[in-house]
Amino acid sequence: MKLLIDSIQLGLLYGVMALGIYISFRILAVPDLTTEGSFAFGLSVSAAVTSLGHPVLALPAAMAAGAAAGAVTGFLQTRWKIHPILSGIITMSGLYSVNLSVLGGSPNLTLVRANTVFKLIPFLSKNDAKTVLPIFFALLCLGLIILFFRTHIGMCIRAVGDNEDMVRASSIHTGACKIIAFCVSNGLIALSGALIAQYQGYADISSSTGILVVGLASVIIGEAVFGRRSVTVGFISAVVGSLIYRYIIALATRYSPLPAHMLRLVSAVIVALALALPAFREHLGTARLRKGGTDDA
Amino acid sequence: MLDIRNAVKVFEKGTPIEHTALNNLNLHLEPGEFVTVIGSNGAGKSTLFNAVCGTFLLNRGRIFLDGQDITYLPEHVRARTIGRVFQDPMKGTAPHMTIEENLSLAHSRSTARALSFAPAKKEIALFRDRLSEFRMGLEDRMKTKVGLLSGGQRQAVTLLMCTIVPPKLLLLDEHTAALDPATAEQVMDITKKTVEAYRLTTMMITHNISQALSTGTRTVMMDEGEILFDMSGEEREKTTVDDLMRMYSTSRKKELDNDRMLLKKE
Repeated sequence: MKLLIDSIQLGLLYGVMALGIYISFRILAVPDLTTEGSFAFGLSVSAAVTSLGHPVLALPAAMAAGAAAGAVTGFLQTRWKIHPILSGIITMSGLYSVNLSVLGGSPNLTLVRANTVFKLIPFLSKNDAKTVLPIFFALLCLGLIILFFRTHIGMCIRAVGDNEDMVRASSIHTGACKIIAFCVSNGLIALSGALIAQYQGYADISSSTGILVVGLASVIIGEAVFGRRSVTVGFISAVVGSLIYRYIIALATRYSPLPAHMLRLVSAVIVALALALPAFREHLGTARLRKGGTDDA
Repeated sequence: MLDIRNAVKVFEKGTPIEHTALNNLNLHLEPGEFVTVIGSNGAGKSTLFNAVCGTFLLNRGRIFLDGQDITYLPEHVRARTIGRVFQDPMKGTAPHMTIEENLSLAHSRSTARALSFAPAKKEIALFRDRLSEFRMGLEDRMKTKVGLLSGGQRQAVTLLMCTIVPPKLLLLDEHTAALDPATAEQVMDITKKTVEAYRLTTMMITHNISQALSTGTRTVMMDEGEILFDMSGEEREKTTVDDLMRMYSTSRKKELDNDRMLLKKE
């Protein structure tokens, strides 16, 4: 039971990040490596502001920080025409120094004595708050982001990921659309980092290493359950995927012989296999044809 | 409506493969004119369209649209008043979005408000109305993803996207060339009706010479980045495909060569 509750809490908090990853990975069709930096950026800003005694302010501050990081990546990509993957890597690398300075030069910061949002809710114990707040934030973000992608600007962003030429020919500024999308995406990712920092009671820069793969795994697992349908379903499936991912990880750490530090490797393998599925299918199809079968299957 | 003055476009300037695609080209279109453009391979037809749309800037010369100098305007700004349909049906629509979403995106250039919900109810009624004029049954498939439509249906949607807010200039770049003959005729029919109904100033590239002579109000033949012939009215009515071929050979001392050109009379 404890296992399940823990994974629901973490799954929802990381689910906010999965929403951000869904925007870059599925809607813009660009895997955005800024994620690794902006998650840690949210983590650091949240920890720093919380330790100054403002745990609530820490959340919008972290979101703004993440959005700024996204804007930089978007700018590098659209204005300076740097390759999408490289733009993300550049921002991510730069953020490493920024995050260290935010944490005062050390790679981690403890919040044991500080007041976090989880201790602030009246009538709720800290433990209950750790369940209620993730539900609240995940649903709030999910609702807002679904609404956002039903607006005109949201539709433009979807179109940019689908057929950029056509959007330009419809007199819409594709660069601006992309920058806004990266801002929203990384703002969500940073918010997730901010909540995680307060949830865990400490911020550790290295916890963002490989976080993109965790987000991708969530999106892919969600799609395995729901299929690839509309954007609205996509966002819901990303959060559900994050929940499932956390539960699998929790089970794995509990029962498998693998030590905890092998988790990222497991995630990486899951993502690689899931992304390779179309290639496997094609290979199987060719093999069948070669044997003289038909491709009816 | 459109005024192109001394347009020069040179590709790969200063290299051995330097190529002058537009050579001091001058062209003037009156409002409501429907000009068909023909020419051999590499005559500069598509370059002309790209220059007008702002895909690239001219090396020299000026372009005016409705009195406004658009020579240095970026592509997406020009797109507010210029509609363009490409040969490739994949190019003009977003495949994973529905018909109504695609249309809403195009329609928004007149109404754009970033945070209003789209597509709006009012819009949808308008789209349904306009689509039903095409008689393709598309008005009942508004929530279908465009990627599931046939090439002809996609071109029809693209054409509506370009004209839902009547543009000052409509550019058709062999927009029926990738379709089967029956569908091509259907799309051509829709095109003519739309252009007529909204009195759109239009330029259409075609490889079908007899279509070029029978469609629209004026025909321009391009060659080596220049305009070779420009005919309208009675002169154009009397001209046959054979006449055009002969005129080309005498003035250029070579045969008209376009591997996709249809030279036969229909």
